[in-house]
Amino acid sequence: MTRKQKRLAIIGGGMGFIVAAVLLVMFAFGQAVAYFYVPGDLGKANVQPGTRIRLGGLVETGSLKRGEGSTVTFTVTDTIATVPVRYTGILPDLFREGQGVVAEGTFAAGNTVFVADTVLAKHDETYMPKDVADRLKAQGVELSGKETIK
Amino acid sequence: MIIELGHFSLVLALAVAVVLSVIPLYGSRRRDTALMDLAPAGSVLLFLLVAASFAVLTYAHVVSDFSVLNVWQNSHSLVPLIYRLSGVWGNHEGSMLLWLLILVFFSALVAIFGRNLPDTLKVNVLVVQAWITTAFALFILLTSNPFARLSPAPGEGKDLNPVLQDLGLAIHPPLLYLGYVGFSVCFSFAVAALLEGRIDAAWARWVRPWTLAAWTCLTAGIAMGSYWAYYELGWGGWWFWDPVENASFMPWLAGTALLHSALVMEKREALKIWTLLLAILTFSLSLLGTFLVRSGVLTSVHAFATDPSRGVFILAILMIFIGGSLSLFAFRAPSLNAGGLFAPISREGALVLNNLILTVCTATVLIGTLYPLLLETLTGEKISVGAPFFNLTFGLLMIPLLVAVPFGPLLAWKRGDLLGALQRLYVAAGLSLVVALALYYRENGGPVLAILGMAMGLFLVFGAFVDLGGRAGAGKVSASVAWRRLKGLPRSAFGTALAHMGLGITVLGVVAVTTFQSEHVVEMKPGMTTEAGGYVLTFDGMREAKGPNFTEERGHFTVSRGGAAVADVWSSKRVYVAQRMPTTEAGILTFGLSQLYVSLGDHMDDGGIVVRVWWKPYILCIWGGALFMMAGGIVSLSDRRLRVGAPSRRSRPATPAMEPAE
Repeated sequence: MTRKQKRLAIIGGGMGFIVAAVLLVMFAFGQAVAYFYVPGDLGKANVQPGTRIRLGGLVETGSLKRGEGSTVTFTVTDTIATVPVRYTGILPDLFREGQGVVAEGTFAAGNTVFVADTVLAKHDETYMPKDVADRLKAQGVELSGKETIK
Repeated sequence: MIIELGHFSLVLALAVAVVLSVIPLYGSRRRDTALMDLAPAGSVLLFLLVAASFAVLTYAHVVSDFSVLNVWQNSHSLVPLIYRLSGVWGNHEGSMLLWLLILVFFSALVAIFGRNLPDTLKVNVLVVQAWITTAFALFILLTSNPFARLSPAPGEGKDLNPVLQDLGLAIHPPLLYLGYVGFSVCFSFAVAALLEGRIDAAWARWVRPWTLAAWTCLTAGIAMGSYWAYYELGWGGWWFWDPVENASFMPWLAGTALLHSALVMEKREALKIWTLLLAILTFSLSLLGTFLVRSGVLTSVHAFATDPSRGVFILAILMIFIGGSLSLFAFRAPSLNAGGLFAPISREGALVLNNLILTVCTATVLIGTLYPLLLETLTGEKISVGAPFFNLTFGLLMIPLLVAVPFGPLLAWKRGDLLGALQRLYVAAGLSLVVALALYYRENGGPVLAILGMAMGLFLVFGAFVDLGGRAGAGKVSASVAWRRLKGLPRSAFGTALAHMGLGITVLGVVAVTTFQSEHVVEMKPGMTTEAGGYVLTFDGMREAKGPNFTEERGHFTVSRGGAAVADVWSSKRVYVAQRMPTTEAGILTFGLSQLYVSLGDHMDDGGIVVRVWWKPYILCIWGGALFMMAGGIVSLSDRRLRVGAPSRRSRPATPAMEPAE
């Protein structure tokens, strides 16, 4: 190989890899990211069954029910709309009724129950998940001192 | 009074840093040795001042002086001494002070151990370090003063976040910062070289030990953080692709690339400009990480408090340093002469491939980390980019690199023989496949791709042996001669082999755990049993217990195999008194390289409790591999060539490529 060909081989290979990476990233952004919604958004958002989303809001007081084994159901609310959530597993330590929560999962086809595979409540009790607080504030929900972000 | 001394010492440090930022630089332009000599002495003084300041903050925490705002917010008189000590950096202000302390520590090290460096280079490096010091000292004093007082002093503190009350806090942040901030030295070397407008193979040799040291510490810090999250959070996960984790992972990836490109530069005088750029980028990513973690853009256990002015300040630091250094680079790089030609199939070629893949992967992680922030700022839409995204992109892109690693060290510099390397690796590849199949069979299946994944990890391990064996001439010369040769190999050869082996072990662990782990969530009452990984767990019941600053409910489990009890384990839920905050303390049992992980959930109405049991086969390989990588770094660091130091420019003008290949 001549010097020029060598250089071309290196640059061509490198470019090929970079192009592949860019395509992969674009594909992954289409497939593997989850959008964040609060219950009030869902009416207009038209979320397809099976699409992974994050659902945030407050756990409605009195809605937590234990089912078979470790399956629990609870309702997430942003005071405008509510969504029933089903989750199998251990709820995080900081999960409380009346406090902020983020559930990640999908809607099953033809069903209004949100099936979560991950439920997050933040480590620090002085704030609720930032996403949730921002959206609730935007919707005019009054947050008590304990729940606002410092 | 003592507190004010700490504050004063920090202000003094800022003043010294400002002087060091200007005067020695002027001196090095004028060739005024008196002014230039200020740099090393001043750097040591700077370290002493910041250390004094840090000691004062530590003292305030140890004696629980609640008249100090920082102590009141983050401590409590009931917190055990060890967590009062580590709690010094378990908060925003303290951790920034630790950041600064480690920065000036590295400056002092350069000042002390940089005797072999040419004078102007050394002075310029210390000047650039002083610039960074000035910026961060200002940041601390203006926006995050740890010595702010509270009047009247409250009687009791608000407590340290219970998640942080763990030995992990004592180890993880200092190690991580040693790595993170250690890369500042590489950055300063790069900027100093650009200021001087000259760079050669010797430069790479001087930078290499600093890169190695920082990289080793960062590896340790990340691995430690991962293990800490694994046992403390009670979720059984060891890596979450959390933005905060990515913030430390990106400098690691870029630093790994830097480590390898500096090698090409040192041995072959090629990739000079690229290496400079990488040195700048690596520390830029450290700064970006600091911004992400400390500004409060992200909510996580690491973001202690959110204050917009801090974010803006760090962003300004970020822009000045990254923008400034890249401009300098753009301005000066074209005047540096490139050098060193090589064939695509060669050691250099392999290292270029390493750099290409590592930087592309770093970019992928960067995009995945920043995209949600960007999208939210631009459109207000909130998305979460998590594990699915990174597994798909980063995971796939790394595969070619993992396969290529064993080939790299077998190729000769300049022009390598791929077929020859392939022939030498046949056996290793075959052996990996066999062992992977055996593991697959032993764990009773899973996706077939897992076999290839494990084989890839094993191939890295066996490939490292092939490399060492080849260097010793095993099979070609008699065993005793080969042994003698092996002992005579430079330590860096062992460093390479160890690090590559470690990578393989980590890959093996990651694939095995992901494939073979099993999770059982069951509701248990005393006397009930559940099974995981061939072990039977019997729940014996709960017991109340009391710690120094928490109360806990402990569940006791007896673990048996084949009818015979082999171990027992406690798993508990704690409530910390001061903040009424519950945490989960998982019970973990180690069997060989595998672990049984038991965490408790909620009480059921009928008296039972939800128990989550994981069987995590080969999970210790993940961190064990990191230990091997660290060992590789340390062994390589002790290589004679680095220990003795490079010859100074005076004794050997225009340093040529230092050694023939190996």
